[in-house]
Amino acid sequence: MFYRETGEFKTSYKADQATFPIRFEFFVFWTVVVLAFAVVPFFINDYWEKAVFIPFFVYALGAIGLNILTGYCGQVSLGTGGFMAVGAYACYKLMTGLDIYIPMGFDDTGTMAYHTILLPPLNIVWCVLLGGVITAIVGMLFGLPSLRIKGFYLAVATLAAQFFLVWLFNKVPYFYNYSATGQITATETTLFGFAITGPNAAPVATYLFCLSFLFLFAWIARNLVRGRIGRSWMAIRDMDIAAEIIGVNPLMTKLSAFAVSSFYIGMAGALFFAVWHGAAEPTEAFSINQSFLVLFMIIIGGLGSIVGSLIGAAFMVLLPVLFKNIFVGAFGWPTDLSEYLQLMLVGALIIVFLIAEPHGIAALWRTTKEKLRMWPFPH
Amino acid sequence: MKLSRIALAGIIAAGVATPAMADLVFPSLSYRTGPYAPNGIPFADGYADYFTLLNERDGGVEGAEIKLLECETGYNTAKGVECYESTKGEGSLVYQPLSTGITYQLIPKATADDIPVHSMGYGRTSAANGKVFSHIFNYPGTYWDAASIIIKYILSEEGGDIKGKKIALVYHNSAYGKEPIRTLEKLAEKHGYELMLLPVDHPGQEQKATWLQVRRDNPDYVLMWGWGVMNQVAIKEAASIRYPMDHFIGVWWSASENDTIPAGAGADGYKAITFHGVGSDFPIYEDLKKHVYDAGKAAGDGSNAGFVLYNRGMVAAMWAAEAARTAMKIHGTTDLTPAMMRDGMEALNVDDARLAELGLPGFTVPVKVSCANHGGPGLGAIQQWDAKAKTWSLITDFISADREIVDALIADDSAAYAKENNITPRECN
Repeated sequence: MFYRETGEFKTSYKADQATFPIRFEFFVFWTVVVLAFAVVPFFINDYWEKAVFIPFFVYALGAIGLNILTGYCGQVSLGTGGFMAVGAYACYKLMTGLDIYIPMGFDDTGTMAYHTILLPPLNIVWCVLLGGVITAIVGMLFGLPSLRIKGFYLAVATLAAQFFLVWLFNKVPYFYNYSATGQITATETTLFGFAITGPNAAPVATYLFCLSFLFLFAWIARNLVRGRIGRSWMAIRDMDIAAEIIGVNPLMTKLSAFAVSSFYIGMAGALFFAVWHGAAEPTEAFSINQSFLVLFMIIIGGLGSIVGSLIGAAFMVLLPVLFKNIFVGAFGWPTDLSEYLQLMLVGALIIVFLIAEPHGIAALWRTTKEKLRMWPFPH
Repeated sequence: MKLSRIALAGIIAAGVATPAMADLVFPSLSYRTGPYAPNGIPFADGYADYFTLLNERDGGVEGAEIKLLECETGYNTAKGVECYESTKGEGSLVYQPLSTGITYQLIPKATADDIPVHSMGYGRTSAANGKVFSHIFNYPGTYWDAASIIIKYILSEEGGDIKGKKIALVYHNSAYGKEPIRTLEKLAEKHGYELMLLPVDHPGQEQKATWLQVRRDNPDYVLMWGWGVMNQVAIKEAASIRYPMDHFIGVWWSASENDTIPAGAGADGYKAITFHGVGSDFPIYEDLKKHVYDAGKAAGDGSNAGFVLYNRGMVAAMWAAEAARTAMKIHGTTDLTPAMMRDGMEALNVDDARLAELGLPGFTVPVKVSCANHGGPGLGAIQQWDAKAKTWSLITDFISADREIVDALIADDSAAYAKENNITPRECN
């Protein structure tokens, strides 16, 4: 009934290529955006910020990143946790003032002499963006093997990235500014006079900060995958030899997918560390579990779908919190029982969704939409 | 679109889940699941049972009922922070996260929210400097105290000279395990021993390589900063390479029955440092039996009474209750706020006489906290495991830490923290 296209005639290419061709969807989208930007900030508190919204935004950004690589370009990656760590540590180094050592040769005593450049601490926006850029470079490096190896073998290669990067950040004191415990702690940074990181950041400030990042970059991603670059990714995904024959350069395509994907994941890592947690240690925060979590998100949400990334992130982040609140908060059950039940329920739901719709919740949603268009008179 | 529906469901669920306010709210960030559960469960049970005893026997603390809010963290930092955010609005008086990782996250947050944190013998060691860390307490001792006490003990074993000896540290590769390294390095400079660092990654089930290295380099002593399943694996591996167990010394978190029993007879002679008594041979256990166990109110499955970590949970609860009592005396009210609780913790004084009154004579070291010293006395004793009798026994008196080294390190590290975070150390008189 709502999804009737009848009467919505397109008379221009612009209208035909709109992201939301159906008027109803267009209005729902903008209603959600207005609600998120203009209404939620008035009601948000610490709990909603730290346990619900920020985790969702961070993982949504990460899931979009991985979806670009895995869902759109068909390159399986298990290195998400490691790339998030790159974003987080880059952000940390930039927000505390990056120190660069340039070797200047050996002095008389045979020790290496360095020329040291100390950058001033950067604004948090630049920290997050540059964290993404640095991760993009690292991602491209680890993406190089994708030109020769495919499928499971590539997954193993990216797994190496995961373990290598976490090991690196644990091993080399330069990355954690020589702190005694190897922890990195976000310093207080401000934007327009409002604290964004550190203990004094107001929930509304961090909420709007992360939401803006997600909104802007989800927008860019959506338009990227509809254009030439996105189509070349999909061509490579669907059949790389055919794509090469019609003139898609596999080197540029695969590397650009790794770069863009890592850029998003790096930003997610930077926000994860700086805004959400405020401190991190690599072995726990950026372990292989993060890689799996984000991979599950895009599989459940829908491979090759931006809205699927958002749905998947919401599913994996919000469901455990929801179950916990119901079991412990409302029913008063023991915490360990609730934890086990929650694991089982989330696991069962994943299986149910994958059986009901192997292409993810986004595909389920698409089918529903198709049916709604016909309703009440299907063929 | 679907998203908004899920979020809506979330809003409804969280709306339902708001319990009523109680008089004294003590959150318990416990972990009864995951690879650290064998250690998390007895601690959480001990913590809960002591408060249940106070409620049942005395009607709470000075007439104010205690409400325990348990929240499962799984020793996971993100979940721990979620627990903190979800319970802090209910008047939580003091947080005891039982995780160094979570403590690090809570130090700035809790300070900004004016809620005290008691990281009892864990967390950030330099929080012992109350001038910088106004809301963080880590009495009765710190990792650096523990490290220096263990080295002191080794010195006494070796007749005062350990020059050229090799000492290995097997540690959990996290903020927790890395804590003692700096102290051990300083002490190595002072005493001239050689330090070997052997990290073990979370969760620590795989340590073959680590112990091969121990067998190859054959250090004179092995120290361990482990937690969870890592402890029992390390002890089993040490036994399997026939490392002399009496030269293997753990920190107080690597010293419970769950760590030594799985290794069977091989664990015999394993040593560890502790700051409280062992076993259930204390008068308080009669009251616990009468008011808690026999009344069917024991936390968990009730099988952990008398275990090392159960006792440790109890001692944590005891200090929290005593701090609440002190806060009530200072502020003349039984309706405490977290800020008042902080004052109570800073004025806490539990001496031997008070311990005896509480039914815990000689159970732990006397603790006196002050504005400048949040780290307590920094005393520790060495205990040894008897695999046949399955008991721990103290083999030394309480030893004091090398204050010269430890205090200098605390001053350095807290000054660095103050500088990073623009904190002006407060005045203490």
